[in-house]
Amino acid sequence: MINLFAYNIPFASIFLLMISAIITPLLPEKNRLPEKLSCCVIGLVMILSAYLLYVLTNSGAPLSFNFPMGHFPAPWGNELRAGPLESVLSLVFCAAMLLSLLGNFSSTAEDIAPSRRQIFCVLVNLLTASLLALTYTNDLFTAYVFIEINTIAACAIVAVKEGAETTRAALRYLVMSLVGSGLVMIAICLLYDLTGHLLMQNMHAAIQVLVRTKNYLMPLTVSLALITTGLAIKSALYPFASWLPDAHGSSTNASSAILSGLVLKGHIFTIIKIFYRVFGLEVIHLLRMDNVIFILGLLAMIMGSVHALRQNNVKRMIAWSSVAQVGYIFLGVGLNTIAGIAAACLHIIVHACIKPMLFTAAGGLSNAAGHKKGLHALMGTFYVNQWAGLGLAVGAFSMMGIPGFAGFASKLSLTLASFDSPVIIWSLAALAASSVLNALYYVPAVIVILTHHKDAHKNFTAPAPTYIYRDKFLSGIILRAIVKTYHEGS
Amino acid sequence: MLEKLFLNHYEAAAVILSGIGLTNLLLQRNLIKKIIGLNIMDTAVYLFLAAKGYVEGRAAPILLENGSGGWLNSANLYVNPVPAGLVLTGIVVSVSVTAFALALTLKLYEYYGTLNIDEALMKMTQEQQELESKIDDAEEEVLA
Repeated sequence: MINLFAYNIPFASIFLLMISAIITPLLPEKNRLPEKLSCCVIGLVMILSAYLLYVLTNSGAPLSFNFPMGHFPAPWGNELRAGPLESVLSLVFCAAMLLSLLGNFSSTAEDIAPSRRQIFCVLVNLLTASLLALTYTNDLFTAYVFIEINTIAACAIVAVKEGAETTRAALRYLVMSLVGSGLVMIAICLLYDLTGHLLMQNMHAAIQVLVRTKNYLMPLTVSLALITTGLAIKSALYPFASWLPDAHGSSTNASSAILSGLVLKGHIFTIIKIFYRVFGLEVIHLLRMDNVIFILGLLAMIMGSVHALRQNNVKRMIAWSSVAQVGYIFLGVGLNTIAGIAAACLHIIVHACIKPMLFTAAGGLSNAAGHKKGLHALMGTFYVNQWAGLGLAVGAFSMMGIPGFAGFASKLSLTLASFDSPVIIWSLAALAASSVLNALYYVPAVIVILTHHKDAHKNFTAPAPTYIYRDKFLSGIILRAIVKTYHEGS
Repeated sequence: MLEKLFLNHYEAAAVILSGIGLTNLLLQRNLIKKIIGLNIMDTAVYLFLAAKGYVEGRAAPILLENGSGGWLNSANLYVNPVPAGLVLTGIVVSVSVTAFALALTLKLYEYYGTLNIDEALMKMTQEQQELESKIDDAEEEVLA
């Protein structure tokens, strides 16, 4: 049995972040105290999640547990569920959030007025809380509520940088997100009507009965299609991704890093939960949703990269690359096997580590080039801000999937997972094509920043080295262990 | 088919309303109309939930007195309280989202003078092009 302290961690981490969101606006603005407090709280939650992971993987006892919220027992009350995968994800989300904030500490100060920085902290805290709640929750309606909190906070951290462009981008993002969450809400109500439950395991049992007796298959398909479409819009699966480059490209660096690395992942993980824990893989296959997801994933991998090739603005290029990476994750989900979903989870983790680093590095480089975002303006900036240049190069290599970097591990497991599947040719072809396309736009970017430029901003004082945050080489190896844990956990 | 629709007229109305709301949210150009569409969609979901939670001939889920100082606490007397709870939560969410969307719309109007998001995009690209041509002109003057 796990100890009482670890047992309370899932609830405590969400609660701590909520409390911190309430406290931060009360603190004085001096010395950027609110931001430091939020960083401390996120760091604390990160340590707690790491401890939970340690306990869960070493206890030998049940690998996952349910935490009842309130006074009502299981079929009526609300529950949290924590297993190794949930604790790994919350650890990664907190770590990436913390490093995105620390890495962009100086650029946040430039982009956001001091009076608004407190609001920014509130939003960041709420966003982290909602991500963790989406990770841990065992109740579909709670998931809906936190999806909405996530939506508001995510749109607001785009709009927190004052300007016409960010307002327009935030509004566009908000409208698309609202379409998505509206569909999710309708689908959850339909599912509640069909099953009579909101907790995932009870819904699962009821759906199994419905499928076995061949009752209400049509409404089940409709609700599954609605919930998948809704969450796909919010996680920027390709045909619904038009809002992403605007929102991620125009906001401040910290916001871009958080949005691209984390916010999308919360929604994708919700889809995985719904597929795996509410419907079950056989039912998903029976209702043919796996094929839809698989094809859209393939499309996203190719089209995201094609769009990225056409960008001149470096942040928009990285944003479109996120669309392609989301395609990889959905490819894994669409394989509809345990190995495929494990590979998808691994890619969620890898992308959540790398994309914030790419955005941070790109922000550092365009600062070094005097706030220009055009790719050609970055020429020779490596020699002004080496850390950021190194970050961009490492991130680019990882996205291409060069052995030794984390992207390689996840692409390898996606490939291995597709060997069990009848659609192996399609997925291998798309993986290869997308890797080549990735290289086509990331390699020129790396070459541009390494090219010596005649008047390479000699009189520009280099900003403090952009915080660069982990050796991808090591994380690639560590992540292998995580996959193993996940297999055991599921 | 029609008979079933008539039997489930609450649900049918909810589906039609949510369709109207969703098309408005997606296709209207004016942001205020978009937000109204969002509210219609949310309201349709509340109607659906309320219709689903209702059981004919039962009371609202608030304990009734039995006349001798005690309470009637048999579950068979009351309608399902969970959908009502969901509707309440949904209303709170919808209000906050609407407020946020209206605030952003106001901002957009301040910046661009329009409530149409595509027009705003066109205005922005125009301004950018003008700015770029100005910078080019200035550079040419310096070179000359």
